[in-house]
Amino acid sequence: MPKPTEHISPKPENGGKFVFGVLGLLFAVLIVGAGITMWLGGATPGGLSIGGPFSLADGDGKRVTDRDLRGKFMLVYFGYTFCPDVCPTTLNQVAEAMDRLGPRADRVQTVFITIDPKRDTSPVMKQYVASFGPRIMGLTGTEAEIAAVAKEFRVYYAPHRTGDGPNDYTMDHSSVLYLLGPDGTFISPLRADAGAEQLAADLAKLLN
Amino acid sequence: MRRLLLAALLILPVAAHAQSGIALTDAFTRAAAVGGVGGAFVTIANTGAADRLTGVASPDAEKAELHESLVDNGIMKMRPVSGIDVPAGAAVKLAPGGYHIMLMGLKHALVAGEAIQLTLTFAKAGPVTTTARILKAGASMPAGHGMDGHGMGGHDMGQMPGMSMPGMPMHDAPAK
Repeated sequence: MPKPTEHISPKPENGGKFVFGVLGLLFAVLIVGAGITMWLGGATPGGLSIGGPFSLADGDGKRVTDRDLRGKFMLVYFGYTFCPDVCPTTLNQVAEAMDRLGPRADRVQTVFITIDPKRDTSPVMKQYVASFGPRIMGLTGTEAEIAAVAKEFRVYYAPHRTGDGPNDYTMDHSSVLYLLGPDGTFISPLRADAGAEQLAADLAKLLN
Repeated sequence: MRRLLLAALLILPVAAHAQSGIALTDAFTRAAAVGGVGGAFVTIANTGAADRLTGVASPDAEKAELHESLVDNGIMKMRPVSGIDVPAGAAVKLAPGGYHIMLMGLKHALVAGEAIQLTLTFAKAGPVTTTARILKAGASMPAGHGMDGHGMGGHDMGQMPGMSMPGMPMHDAPAK
């Protein structure tokens, strides 16, 4: 990627280069836009970067990094425990899909990462994920750590105030499941609202 | 004995509000930890004049609100709503992914197989109470699987999809 300073020069001989650079940038934006559109449409474009290094805390406060999870497929979902509707519905579907997969589920580590670290401390996360069975790992972290991992996974989140109290807020957040391979590379997004049966069928195809 | 009591609770609200035309069925909530939040869901049938659900309360939660979940451009949002219209002759379903009752500050752990009480207040019909069974965390009431004619005990839960899932540590949760 050329440094922007190369294009600031108003010299005529660089004018063409500048225009070329701008066109290149526009083209890049178009490609990324198309990629995101495909991604939202459920396609699996090659080379789209989802995921990356992270260091977060599990239910016991123990550090877990992306490297610790290598060797297994990783099915990751972002949400928060004060979400009484969509998040538990999704996690229950994930747990049921894992049950349907039988022994193949042992090759998958399901991970629930909070986007509400203020309320979702390690003990809160531990109790919450345990209610969906033994398979889901709950991860939290500092605000900065969560911001970093959400950015890597292209997850949007923002608080929405519902009152004056410190806990009077809900979180807006992307609701999507991601499957990453045993080497940490992104494989595919999965619909979070398709139901356990569909999710199990989709996963079965991807677990090769 | 408990079943009798619960059965009585189920019948009473219907009987008491036969004239208003509001009937609550298929109420359920999900296992949750003490102090946490829970979502509760119910079907409201209105055989009378147009009415509006304006409030909700539960003796098992510090606070209860009406909320709506919506997906906006792939972003999940949850918003409080001031009320939910129940048109004449219509049935409104509070179900996962749409409207729900948000229970906040749970006074005790919600344990699958047990039940809690919900009181919904309507602009015209006034308060109507129902019993919501507690399903496992994240579970939804299967279609056509109401409470009528079924026991409220744990055996019934075994027939529901996914109910056999092991590991329900909520049973060990303190402060019942």
